[in-house]
Parts: sequence; C-alpha cells; structure tokens
Amino acid sequence: MSTFAARPATSENAASERHKRSLVMVCSCTLISAAAQILMKIGVAHFSMNWHALLTNVPLIAGYSLYGVFTLMMVMALREGELSLIYPIISLSYVWVTVLSYFIFHDHINLFKLAGISSIMFGVTMLGRGERK
Amino acid sequence: MNGTPLSSILLVLFGSVVGSFGAVFLKLGAVRLKGFWSLLNWRLALGVSLYLGSSVFYGMGIRHGQLSVLFPMVSVGYVWTLLWARIFFQERFTRPKVLGLGLVLLGCCFVGLGS
Repeated sequence: MSTFAARPATSENAASERHKRSLVMVCSCTLISAAAQILMKIGVAHFSMNWHALLTNVPLIAGYSLYGVFTLMMVMALREGELSLIYPIISLSYVWVTVLSYFIFHDHINLFKLAGISSIMFGVTMLGRGERK
Repeated sequence: MNGTPLSSILLVLFGSVVGSFGAVFLKLGAVRLKGFWSLLNWRLALGVSLYLGSSVFYGMGIRHGQLSVLFPMVSVGYVWTLLWARIFFQERFTRPKVLGLGLVLLGCCFVGLGS
C-alpha cells in the first residue's frame, strides 16, 4: 500500500523538478537572446564585405553564435515545457533589449515604446494560452 | 542615433516572413522524423536554411536605426506563423490567438511610432 502511495509522489517530484529546470533554462535564454541582439547590432555596424573583416568581426560572430545557442535551447525547452508558461517568459527579452539599448546605444525610451513592448508581451502571453489544449 | 529608416523596418519585417516559412518547413520535416537518418530530409534542410536566411535579412535590417524599435518588430513573425498554421496545417484560430495577434500588431505600431 505504502509503495503505491509513494510512487505518484516521486514521479510528481521528478516532473516538477524537470519543470523548474526548463523554466530556469528559458529565463537564461532571454538573457542570451538579449546579449545576442546587442552583439549583432555592434557587429553589423562594423560590417564590410571582405573575408578578413568578416572573420575578425568578433561581435558579429559572437552575436550570431549566441543566437544559434538561443534557438537550440528554445527548441529543447519547447519540447519539454508548456507554451503557456514559456511564451510570457521569452517575451522578457523585449525588456532586456530595450534597457540595454538605452544604456549601450543611447536609444531614447518613450511612452510609445513602453506601451508597445507591454502590448507585445501581453499579446505573446495570450498566444501561449491559446495553444493550451 | 535618432529615428529608424523605413528600409530597416521593411528588412526586419521581410526577415520575419522568411523565418515564418522556415517554421512551416521545420514542422513539415519534424512530423516525418523516424530514426536518425530521417534528420537528413529536404524539408528540415529548407527550414533551417530559411531560418538562417531570415537572420541575414534581420542583420541587414538592424544595421541602421534603433535596436529598441527593430527588435520588437520581429514579433510580427508570430502573425505570419499563425496565419500559415491556419492555411497549411488547418490549426484553428481560437479567441486568445486572435486577441494575442491583435495585441502584438498594436504593440509593433506603438514601437514604430516611438521611433
């Protein structure tokens, strides 16, 4: 009797452990994606069409590589986790990119941009919910 | 760095269209996955190529203009993807999906106005 009672509890623990792991992974994903964006932006600013310039463009290469890492991590997270949870977290990257652009590129932050990214984040959250079966 | 040229916005939007077709072909390839060697099928290859292609247009797009305007514009890709899912995979438009798409589009307009 006790073994039967214990079994669901442990599988539930394992599931929530996996769940937590995929959430942490998605959160770190958003930081990686933001870093990739900043590096790509710096990289394309120095872009010129010759091999030497391309191969020594460290920010461009690093940015695209991080973007690749981000994409692979997303695929893994989406296979395991729930879209309704993952989508809202991914949309955090809009916040990071806006804040980092302000500090690094001196982009202006105004009410339109804040309203815009809020609306996008809310919309992406709704999309995640719409996928729930 | 003030303002964001329309050409940059159009490049980013075009990249989002290309990327959304990438998702369509990845899906077409993924449903046929059976065993290791099935990874080498033209649908997955085309999907990955379209994704890579979209990142090139995106890179060209963010060269000029503000990243805080151009990066959020990528979210228009959600609109295309759901549209193709409706057309090619007969996935239904539920109310939260339509509402979500509306909010994403509205947000992109606001971000554009903030440029």
